[in-house]
Amino acid sequence: MSKNVNEVLFGPIFVNNPIGLQILGICSALAVTTKMSVALVMCIALTLVTAFSNLFISLIRNQIPSSIRIIVQMTIIASLVIVVDQILGAVAYDMSKQLTVFVGLIITNCIVMGRAEAFAMQNPPMISFLDGIGNGLGYSVVLMLVATIRELLGSGRLFGFEILPLVTNGGWYVPTGLMLLPPSAFFIIGLLIWALRSWKTEQVEEADYEIGGHTALSRAM
Amino acid sequence: MSEPVKDKDSLKNILIVALGVCFVCAIIVSTAAVQLKPQRIANKALDRNKNILIAAGLYEKGVTADAQIDTLFEQFTLKVVDLQEHRYLTVDEIAEAKIDPRTYDQRKASKDPALSMALSDTQDVASISRRARYSVAYLLEQDGDVERIVLPVHGYGLWSTLYGFIAIEGDGNTVAGITFYEHTETAGLGGEVDNPAWKALWMGKKIYADNQVAFEVVKGNVDPTSAKGQYQVDALSGATLTSRGVQNMVAFWMGSDGFGAILKNMKG
Repeated sequence: MSKNVNEVLFGPIFVNNPIGLQILGICSALAVTTKMSVALVMCIALTLVTAFSNLFISLIRNQIPSSIRIIVQMTIIASLVIVVDQILGAVAYDMSKQLTVFVGLIITNCIVMGRAEAFAMQNPPMISFLDGIGNGLGYSVVLMLVATIRELLGSGRLFGFEILPLVTNGGWYVPTGLMLLPPSAFFIIGLLIWALRSWKTEQVEEADYEIGGHTALSRAM
Repeated sequence: MSEPVKDKDSLKNILIVALGVCFVCAIIVSTAAVQLKPQRIANKALDRNKNILIAAGLYEKGVTADAQIDTLFEQFTLKVVDLQEHRYLTVDEIAEAKIDPRTYDQRKASKDPALSMALSDTQDVASISRRARYSVAYLLEQDGDVERIVLPVHGYGLWSTLYGFIAIEGDGNTVAGITFYEHTETAGLGGEVDNPAWKALWMGKKIYADNQVAFEVVKGNVDPTSAKGQYQVDALSGATLTSRGVQNMVAFWMGSDGFGAILKNMKG
């Protein structure tokens, strides 16, 4: 019944990455990755919410009636998110201002709900908690990678420290404005998924259909 | 670990679980909200003071300690403006109106019918529907002369009301800085109102020409050589409605229903 702790905790980082393989939680990955510091806070918030929602849902999984299980899960997740939002507002006001709606939107992040439904409903509390941490880490790895690329190329900084001196500040680097816009995160995530699947070829999905030959051309021949 | 309930899909169990979960979650959420409220309010006040300093150009980068912000903030003389009678309240009147300029909440007052007035459609260019009677002005004085004045402004953008401060030089006409401390415009588009490079464009711009608000936020590049250039700031690309909102906000608050008369007196 209980799965290997290593597999649960570290599996989601590369083998079963929530963004890379499961393609969950893309929305916030686009929104909060223009700065590394913001992305880091978002990662911590999401990891905590996923871990604790998994823990609490798993604790009462045998009591939850299947007809209202989604609502119960949402209630627990939403409560946790509100608590996280309140804490951020109290201890890291600037950060919570920058994250604006995206902390609240953790509620709708598919990773949290997906792990609750797919894992915590069937497994005991401790391993579910670790599964939440693991998936949070998987999400964090991708987010931090995307944020590193975007912040470095988009504003020449890492964690707010200037790495590439900008032309506007008398340096040589002309920042790539595209990197600060949401589409760039799509490109980077796409490239990351491509790289990941080239490395771990078992992740490549089977094609849903194959493109047929060019019928008009073959008839003409 | 809990034992599986025999009949967990019974109506009774559904109700018990639903109510139980709601009850526990409600307690957790309200406890967190109540416990952290003072801290959140303090953070908000500090953030507001910081933004006033930023607008006035007094905020130095790297100042993060709360005490330092408080010390810098001490330089301001706080005055309560009566927007209806276009003048500053005297000390006695402030006491009578029971206003503490340090904690006065203009936003709350705007909703109170006793402390605010409804704006007619022609007056309400900034789409704020009600205007509080009193507002607080933050003055930087040197030898009795006003060097700079920081005024709270707000107006509707695309999604929400933008709240900010605008600093005007002692001539009552030249912009010394602008900053927004609260808005929910689209990040990367309208949210660029926070961009320091854009805010820097405002410096030195003039607001009034022939006692009328001439300040504009315009599309395309401002031609600094043209006569109108000194009244114009580039609009934010991809954020037409936010830019228009900001322009309307300036038009309202610098106009006759806002701080127009106060600024005019400074010029005089």
